[in-house]
Order: sequence, then structure tokens, then C-alpha cells
Amino acid sequence: MVANKPAQLDPMKTLHEIEEKFEMFQILNEEGEIVNEKANPNLSDEELVELMSRMVYTRILDQRSISLNRQGRLGFYAPTAGQEASQLASQYALEKDDFILPGYRDVPQIVWHGLPLWQAFLFSRGHFMGNQIPEGVNVFPPQIIIGAQFIQAAGVALGMQKRGKKAIAITYTGDGGSSQGDFYEGINFAGAFRVPAVFIVQNNQFAISTPRELQTSAKTIAQKGIAAGIPSVLVDGMDPLAVYAATKDARERAIKGDGPSLIETVCYRYGPHTMAGDDPTRYRTSETDSEWEKKDPLVRFRKYLETKGIWSEEKEAEVIEKAKEEIKEAVKKADAAPKQKVTDLINIMYEENPYNLDEQLAYYTEKESK
Amino acid sequence: MAQMTMIQAITDALRTELKNDENVLVFGEDVGVNGGVFRATEGLQKEFGEDRVFDTPLAESGIGGLAVGLSLQGFRPVPEIQFFGFVFEVMDSIAGQLARMRFRTGGAFNAPVTIRSPFGGGVHTPEMHADSLELLMTSTPGVKVVIPSTPYDAKGLLISAIRDNDPVIFLEHMKLYRSFRGEVPEEEYTIPLGKADVKREGTDLTIIAYGAMVHESLKAAEELEKEGHSVEVIDLRTVQPLDIETIIASVEKTNRAMVVQEAQKQAGIAANIVAEITERAILSLEAPVLRVTAPDTVFPFSQAETVWLPNATDIVNTAKKVLTF
Repeated sequence: MVANKPAQLDPMKTLHEIEEKFEMFQILNEEGEIVNEKANPNLSDEELVELMSRMVYTRILDQRSISLNRQGRLGFYAPTAGQEASQLASQYALEKDDFILPGYRDVPQIVWHGLPLWQAFLFSRGHFMGNQIPEGVNVFPPQIIIGAQFIQAAGVALGMQKRGKKAIAITYTGDGGSSQGDFYEGINFAGAFRVPAVFIVQNNQFAISTPRELQTSAKTIAQKGIAAGIPSVLVDGMDPLAVYAATKDARERAIKGDGPSLIETVCYRYGPHTMAGDDPTRYRTSETDSEWEKKDPLVRFRKYLETKGIWSEEKEAEVIEKAKEEIKEAVKKADAAPKQKVTDLINIMYEENPYNLDEQLAYYTEKESK
Repeated sequence: MAQMTMIQAITDALRTELKNDENVLVFGEDVGVNGGVFRATEGLQKEFGEDRVFDTPLAESGIGGLAVGLSLQGFRPVPEIQFFGFVFEVMDSIAGQLARMRFRTGGAFNAPVTIRSPFGGGVHTPEMHADSLELLMTSTPGVKVVIPSTPYDAKGLLISAIRDNDPVIFLEHMKLYRSFRGEVPEEEYTIPLGKADVKREGTDLTIIAYGAMVHESLKAAEELEKEGHSVEVIDLRTVQPLDIETIIASVEKTNRAMVVQEAQKQAGIAANIVAEITERAILSLEAPVLRVTAPDTVFPFSQAETVWLPNATDIVNTAKKVLTF
């Protein structure tokens, strides 16, 4: 009989071994070169152009949103520049039936998933019509309570599983969000029920001002999935092809019935946390900013597409023009939305008003008629 | 008609709705094979399968989030929070998410969720199990809060709660689970939410109560009857929204009122009722509207529970003050 090899008490070794296993998944490097041909999702030229167009469009949307906010024409806004690959390439890997539960910075994904842009502007302006998701658009309004979307995504995915749908729930949070209890409960529930969910942590290095290294002693956020028993991957979040491939892979596993996945996309937000007074110079240096700008998703994707001969300055100008035009139209449409009234709000509390709201409705109807 | 305990009536209501509507899902900690720590879900997993009645990992916030997500897929979740003392763990899902679902989305989504949970003192639980935290719920716009006091009411109210298209917090007083049996029809029936029940008619004083305090109030009413006082006892049944019509009609008849709640005085469901009566019926009142409540300490360690909780004697004493004012 062979004696069992006695286990060594060396938890540090176990930890380091697990951490070493998380290598950064990359397909397209900063120079726009394919460095991982085997993993290349081989998108068609048309698809590559579409994804690039969406990234350019969204960069313009971000710039315009910031400027509209400064003019007082938009309200709450969380800038997205730097995170285009992470946000849009993951959404691009979805099908229409997939359901997105976004955080508040993840408005671009739900817009590309079907939420009309004018409604996104109304959300920013604090008008309830912004969250009136049209029938057939499979998104939830942006979550404000950080992490709550993770447990809700487990619920949506469980519902899909029970309905026998061939679709997934996908949700997003940031590096800070991965410290929340709901993050752990969400990935753990989803794993325990083996539901079709994809959890994305966009590690953009700062939770408002708190740097990634203060959030956790874990070397990567991806490794947190291991404890929940779900496959996890660390992805270059500035690389649209890597994000696309990782999301597609996770989605396919989910659809097959192999349960949820966790994806950490390592990225950077160039702008402030939100437009409500955050000043990034208080917590990060311009050197760090420029280091990350060299990794820019648009720059590398543009180089790649230009080398393939499917992108040009003219094409880009066309997309920018289209974006500006559509943004202008969407602002106009948002402007035309009826002024929000307290009486409207009273009427969306319950299916039927209880006595107290009925009385208050009468009071505010009178008040608002003046 | 069958004689049932309140817990049996609750199981019966769950079974009725699991049968009626395939979108109804029952889940929580130990609700499956174990049938719940109080056996409220006894036999349901066996009858309806693990797809409809299932155990969750041990995390209340996760249970709440699951309910939110399942509503988004058109289900009618009926989760159990094992003890209402654990509600703090799931407060965001209740107050931050479910309560706002219809509001935040302008009606695009709603949350037809019924959260069931045992609460209330008198059964000597460990710490942090028994608190009367219903005020946390009633001060949350967007949810309804239902507290039955009899087996009959429990079944009819729970069926209504599950069928309601807005979130309902359904609180089951632990002491009432098995303390007595009552007649409960085997067929389905509903009791409308937001409607109080006059459990005893009277002409001299209105006692407004809910949950276990309904029974203490009824005992007190009997005592007072012996001394020649005719006391009306209103069982609120739904504490949010209140049945203000029934309360005011009674006060206008008796001209004297008091409110009894098991929760601390500062946990102001009673205070709100006093305010409502003052605003609507002050000219009918012959006396101040007094309250019988627990003291404003944290819910006590179990050895002090019996004294801490309001009882029929406390109610009689206060009633006399109101009657003789």
C-alpha cells in the first residue's frame, strides 16, 4: 500500500500559486498588434468596424455629456472615457435577449443594448421617464447602490434558468464594488445555483479616490471568483478583442449550463468619478494618466483596423459627425419630455394609491395647478 | 371547516398560491427539505418540487436580491427571512430596491414580492431574533406591511399579499404560530390588504392593535367589560397602509381611543395613528389618545421579556385613564 503523501501546512504557498495563475489575458497589444492569435475571436471586418464605430461614438458621447453637464444641460454623469473596450466590447458579445444590470457608469452598454439615448439623458437629468425601460429592451436602470446589481443579476439569471431561456444576465461593477458584501453574495448565489450569469468587474484603479491596492489584499479581483467556485479571468480591459473574447467565452459557458463567470477587466477612467465635483488630481498623477493613455483602447483598435485597411480618418469623421447629430437630436427629445410633476411621482408608487397618497395627490394636484 | 394553527394556515396559503400560479416561488434558508425553522413551508418542496420551493445559501441580502431579479423575469417571489431580526442584512433589497422598483422605472417594472418573516416577542428566542421592527418597513414608502393575528386572517391575507403586484412585507408573530387554533376554510379566499377588522364591538373605548397585541387587547376588553365598560377592539391587520376609515368611524362612535403596539414607544406606528386621529377626529375626542407600548430599550434579553412586553394588565390600566379622563 502506498502511504498518502502528508499535506504540508503551507497556506502561503497555496495562495501564491493561485495568484500566479492569474495572467493578464490580452489579444491586441498597445501597438495594435495581435499577440495571441489563438484566442483571436476572428470578428468579420464588418463587425470590427461596427465595434470601433461604437467606441468612437461613445467617446464623443462622453465628451458631449461632460460639456452638456458643464452647461447645466445634463445632471448626474459618470465619465466613461478609457473604459470603452471594457464596456462596449463586452456588450458587443451579447445577444438581444441577454439582460444587462448596469452600474451608474454603465449607461453606454444599456444604450447600445436598446435604451434610447434621450432616455439616458433624462436619467441623467433626474427624470423618471429616463428609467421607463421600453418593452423588449432587456436592461435594468443603472444601479446606484454599489454591488446590489450583483445579487439581482443572480436572480435574473435564476429566472432565465427556470424559464429555460437561452440567455444570460450580465452585470457590471468596479474595483470598489468588489469589496461589497453583495458582490460576494451575488457570485456565490449564482455559483450555487449554477445560473447563466456573467459578472464583470471593471477595475479602473480607483473607487472615487481610493486606489485599488487599498480595496483588498487579493492580488487580483478575478481570483475572488475562485472562492465562489466559478471560473474567473483577468483581462486587459483596454483591449477590445480580449474583452470581447472573454465575455463571449463566459456567455457560451453560461448558455451551455456551465454556470456563471467572473471577469476582471483592468482599465482606467480618464475623467473624474462623476461630474459632481470630483478632482482626480487630488489622488492620482498626470504621469499615471499618461501611462494609461498609451494603452488607450481606441488608439490600439484604430491602428489594428487601419493596418487591415478597414478604417480611415474619413470613416472616423463620419462616425463622429453621426454621433454629434444623434446626440443633438436626443437632447432635443429629452428637452421635449413633459416637466416632471410630484403628482406623477405619487401615481407611480403603487398599482393603486392608498388613502394617504390619494389625499396627497389631491393636495399636489392643487399645488401644481397654480 | 378545518381547525388550524396560524402556521398551518400560512402553509395552506402558500400551497394554494403555489398551485394557482406557476410564477410563485418560495425560497429562503432551510425552507426546502427542512420545511423552514418554524415549518411554515412543511411539505411544500415535496409537493411542488425543488424548482418552485428551494433553499438558498445563507445570506439575507442575497435572498432579497434574488427576489428583485426573479421579479424582473416575471416571477412572483415569496422569500422567507428566517427571523425578522435579520432584516438589517436585507434592508437595501427591501427599502432601496423592491420598494422603489415601480417608482424608479416609472411603472416599467414592478415587484410582486411577498417577504414573509417571523417576528415578535414572548417566545424566548436568542438575542436579535424577535424584535418588532415593523416600523422600519412602515416608514418605507413603496411597501405594504401586513401582520395577521388569527389563522383565518393569516391565510386570506397571505393569499392577497402574494397576488398583490407591489412588494408586501408579511410579518408573522412567533407567539401566535401555535398558541391557538381557529377555523380556516379549506378553500381559497382573500382578505383585502389595507382593511382592518373589528375583532370586538364596543361603545365606550376603541383599542387599536395588531399582531399579538390584538389578543392582549381582547383580554383587556373582557376585564373592562366586567367593570361595565364596552370596549371595541380594532385589529389593523395591515399596518401600512392603515385602514383610516375604520379607525375614524370607531373613534367617532366611542369618542375615546388608545393604541397598543408591542414595539418600543419610539417605534412610532402607534404615534402615527394618534396623529391621524388627532388630525381627523379631534372634535370627537373626550380624552387624549394614549399608547401602550414596550419601553424604549433594545428588545430585551429573554429573561426580562415577560415584563418588558405590554400585556392585558398594562392595557387595562391605560384604558382606565382614557375612560376616566
